[in-house]
Amino acid sequence: MTGYTFAYLDETTKRMIRRAILKGIAVPGYQVPFASREMPMPYGWGTGGVQVTAACLTPEDRLKVIDQGADDTTNAVSIRKFFERTAGVATTTRTAEATLIQTRHRIPEEPLTEAQILVYQVPIPEPLRFLEPRESETRRMHALEEYGLMHVKLYEDIARHGAIATAYAYPVRVEGRYMMDPSPIPKFDNPKLSQNAAIQLFGAGREQRIYALPPYTDVVSLDFEDHPFEPTRAEHACALCGACDSYLDEVLTDDDGGRMFVCSDTDFCTRRRDDGHPGRRGTDPTT
Amino acid sequence: MYVATKGGERAIEAAHRWLAEERRGDPDVPELTVAQIREQMTLAVNRVMAEGSLYDRDLAALAIKQSRGDLIEAVFLIRAYRTTLPRFGASNPVATDDMAIARRVSATFKDAPGGQVLGPTFDYTHRLLDFALLADGDPPPADMRPADPAPAPHVLQLLDRDGLMEPLPGGDVPPGDLTREPLAMPADRPVRLQALTRGDEGFVLAMAYSTQRGYGRTHAFVGELRIGTCAVEMEIPELGFAVEIGEIELSECETVNQFTGSRKEPPQFTRGYGLVMGQSERKAIAMSLVDRAMRWEELGEEATGAPAQDAEFVLYHADNIQATGFLEHIKLPHYVDFQSELELIRKLRRAAAEARQEVRDDRA
Repeated sequence: MTGYTFAYLDETTKRMIRRAILKGIAVPGYQVPFASREMPMPYGWGTGGVQVTAACLTPEDRLKVIDQGADDTTNAVSIRKFFERTAGVATTTRTAEATLIQTRHRIPEEPLTEAQILVYQVPIPEPLRFLEPRESETRRMHALEEYGLMHVKLYEDIARHGAIATAYAYPVRVEGRYMMDPSPIPKFDNPKLSQNAAIQLFGAGREQRIYALPPYTDVVSLDFEDHPFEPTRAEHACALCGACDSYLDEVLTDDDGGRMFVCSDTDFCTRRRDDGHPGRRGTDPTT
Repeated sequence: MYVATKGGERAIEAAHRWLAEERRGDPDVPELTVAQIREQMTLAVNRVMAEGSLYDRDLAALAIKQSRGDLIEAVFLIRAYRTTLPRFGASNPVATDDMAIARRVSATFKDAPGGQVLGPTFDYTHRLLDFALLADGDPPPADMRPADPAPAPHVLQLLDRDGLMEPLPGGDVPPGDLTREPLAMPADRPVRLQALTRGDEGFVLAMAYSTQRGYGRTHAFVGELRIGTCAVEMEIPELGFAVEIGEIELSECETVNQFTGSRKEPPQFTRGYGLVMGQSERKAIAMSLVDRAMRWEELGEEATGAPAQDAEFVLYHADNIQATGFLEHIKLPHYVDFQSELELIRKLRRAAAEARQEVRDDRA
């Protein structure tokens, strides 16, 4: 596309974002303020992730974009198209082939490698936000490592419901220091945050924050000794590929309580079907 | 039967074509031109310029046409365009004293040097639908009179001379810029004013209104409201002097508010300030009230916990592009997080049912 620089953002802006990313990598889990730009898509659609991706992309990269684990959800299609137009980079739906993956709400099932960057779209970067709405206050709490409020919240959950009532955006502690919001991924994905070989970058455009997990960072999901963290998934096998270890979407199939469960990671599901793992409903998603 | 959501790309393209058709409306009705919007929807154009932070009537009019009259969408188009523009530098502060005045009213003095000028205002129109506008036709020409050559100094300056107004804090520190630096708390007054002048008119209006009704009351009088055009000058380093690069229309409101004072200092009136691009007087007045409300701390007032006094609350929620983006994003897919909530609530309900059963078994 003419009239715009590579990957849309001007070079000065990209440099500013890269500096924020480097700072984030140097202080894992710390939210670095950055001068987020107004992007040609709305706040809430992934403007933070898009800016981080734009700052990281090189012409040799191969980009994968997923939303809810799928490459073909409308917003994933739209963001992929944006970078096809503005950066002209190659794209792929194959997790293993991608050098940079931008994601909303999932971590791919297939383990990532040291050659990959995973960019998360983040709506509210502050894990303490719903306990304390003031940014001036939460920044102080992070500085002082004052995280008792969160433990009280988790304890109150257990007192009221018998279990921790957080199923996504489950708070984590990074290298024993910063408390971090992993973005609204299901807690099923939380274990993949830790000791991941890839660089994990988190971009919150509206809230003007970037944070990062360098490769092989220790990330611990908060819990109690007598109520250990438990990653959960629907207790079913994927109806298309039979996988029993992947995160599943529930799909309503009729108005009489009929439903089926299928992998949310479309690439993972496709690979398994290609490898001859049929589910209960065979391998064809259109039947 | 389950159909995977393939075809997102085709759906997007079809939706865009349909949208373009809807925007055009009935093709038997002549298409609106950008010039028509620029000339006849001027207050909408002004709002888009003010909240879009870009003074360009043609682009604002284009954005209104493209957005089908959704002004927040139009502001968004302007913001997204603005962010790609190179920044050459900053102008000198605009001298609103030298404004070519189209409207100027003071609510504090019956008359003042420069006079009161009612200007093109809705203030005393009776809000009766003018069915004559259903037909085409030009209005009769307004009476003309040469502008008063007498200078019109700011009304508050006149009070200032008597020492009744708090002095204007000067300073050589260049003001911050929200569009280049992340908002940080506490924000100084220039940044607060920038956030308010870019802020959503409805939000700023509601905040101002709340102060009038008692939530952080500041007893505001409109010392002066002036609307007109001002020259914009810029220092050109190669030339060594300032050059006029254009003119912009501005609405400026200065309020006089109840005083502070102490044993050492006699009481003085305090200021609230509003400055908005274009003729946007509702916004300018509202801005000056909210500005004053947020100054409670520096003026040694008590915190009442009123929303308009809470700079962090006001500044983080005044921007309609941020607000509408985050609000509307909840219509995007959230299958994955919802699924995790479904699993959790089913598990909690199972556990609760089992517990009830145990109680029943114990009783039996």
